[in-house]
Amino acid sequence: MANQELVKLDDIWVHYDDAPTLEGINLSVKSSGFLGIIGPNGGGKTTLLKVILGLVKPTHGRVSVMGGNPEHGRKFIGYIPQYNLFDPEFPISVFEVVLMGRYGRTGLFRHYREEDKKAAMTALKTVDMLDYKDRQIGRLSSGEQQRIFIARALATSPKLLLLDEPTTSIDPAMQVGFYELLDKLKHGMAIIMVSHDICAVSIYVDEIACLNHQLFYHGSKEVSAEDLAKTYQCPVQLIAHGFIPHRVLKEH
Amino acid sequence: MPEILQHEFMQHALLAGMLAAVACGIVGVYVVIKKIVFISGGIAHASFGGIGLGYLLGINPVLGAIFFTTASAIGIGLATRRTRLPEDTAIGILWAMGMALGIIFIGLTPGYAPDLFSYLFGNILTVPTSDLLLMLILDVIIIFLVSLLYKEFLVLSFDEEFSAVSGVLTERLYLLLLCLIALTVVVLIRVVGIILVLALLTIPAALARQFTHSLKKMMLLAILAGAVFTFSGLWLSYVLDLASGATIILVSGTALFISFGISRLRSKTRDLNHQPPDTA
Repeated sequence: MANQELVKLDDIWVHYDDAPTLEGINLSVKSSGFLGIIGPNGGGKTTLLKVILGLVKPTHGRVSVMGGNPEHGRKFIGYIPQYNLFDPEFPISVFEVVLMGRYGRTGLFRHYREEDKKAAMTALKTVDMLDYKDRQIGRLSSGEQQRIFIARALATSPKLLLLDEPTTSIDPAMQVGFYELLDKLKHGMAIIMVSHDICAVSIYVDEIACLNHQLFYHGSKEVSAEDLAKTYQCPVQLIAHGFIPHRVLKEH
Repeated sequence: MPEILQHEFMQHALLAGMLAAVACGIVGVYVVIKKIVFISGGIAHASFGGIGLGYLLGINPVLGAIFFTTASAIGIGLATRRTRLPEDTAIGILWAMGMALGIIFIGLTPGYAPDLFSYLFGNILTVPTSDLLLMLILDVIIIFLVSLLYKEFLVLSFDEEFSAVSGVLTERLYLLLLCLIALTVVVLIRVVGIILVLALLTIPAALARQFTHSLKKMMLLAILAGAVFTFSGLWLSYVLDLASGATIILVSGTALFISFGISRLRSKTRDLNHQPPDTA
């Protein structure tokens, strides 16, 4: 189990209206650890996650999730999208939102069982939001809502957690707690987080990849300060400031 | 008003009102929370084509309407999901084409089209037993499907992307929801008419929404509100000798505005009485 391959992307290309968004992506994700993918906006980060989920069909290449196609593998994935575009007045309680995470394990026509409710409660406890379970979801702050959506993803008992720019809606004071939560979770599952929040990524992730249409995978290694400095040289400069010539990126 | 209840048409009218309240209470809640009011408007107006077809073929126009509403529901659903046509454009096209077909069909029908006005604006006082039975069957179908697929519809309405990821057959479920709206439109046509259907689909649900954040309670409350509106509107139209469908709508709208006022007052006094206990 330890080194089972959860996700394998093999030469993935995605085109939107002829312009390639992803160009020849190869990626292999093992069963635990925290992979951070950083890159500029429009670099294909969200698309990459959607390819893994099977929401976007690649124009070329092979996706394998848990050894099968993404539609089959989805139920092992907890996905936390970048924006939760739900209506804040939507008549639903926090608990009901988290319980949705159990859908993939319950299926059509069936009611949620006791164990589903228990899993939802456990997930709420993990994100420290159990006291809020009867609140209407819109009554929470955006940071609290984010925790609820993490709980919903956790309730699926995922083997892989996909996070898309999770910190955009969290104020800086809450972010530390958020990353510490991920730090706890990464021992039981693989986590892929895409972000342009380089500082945060640098502290907590185990592996780093840069994505700007192409993926530059910096491999698995113990992340020391020096390694990070080296790893970050290209993307940091490129993304944060942009005055380093693109040559740096091409040297990969 | 006991003496007016002795008339058979009044008993029919009350039954029709009750059946309409059930359909619009349940499905109207989805229409409101999923914000598909104008898709519903398109479906409702497209049903005029079916009414016309019914006249032309000499069958019950309501049966023609069932066919046209479900077909246009699936048409709008597929057009918006599978083509690049913007949703509101697709709605506009089907809306107008359905009505145009209706006019052509009625024009082709020899002789005079009786009751046409009542399909457009409703006449709860002339609902025949056969239509009551049809409304009952449609209500049963709606209740059955919603209780069977309650959690699926909840996920779909709340977060479509998540529903796709968790393996809900999102597109088919969405089409089914539109078909439920189509059936509800048919139930409501006899009561308030094609043109006024939107009001009963939205007002009871919008009213219920202010008082609860549980979907089930919202449905029950919307059914109750719908029943109260149709009964009081009916009574008022009888007393004042006004058109029943329009009176029901105006009573509903007025009640909604009053309820907005009440819920504002409520939230004001709540804020004054106690600060929110656990704001982060």
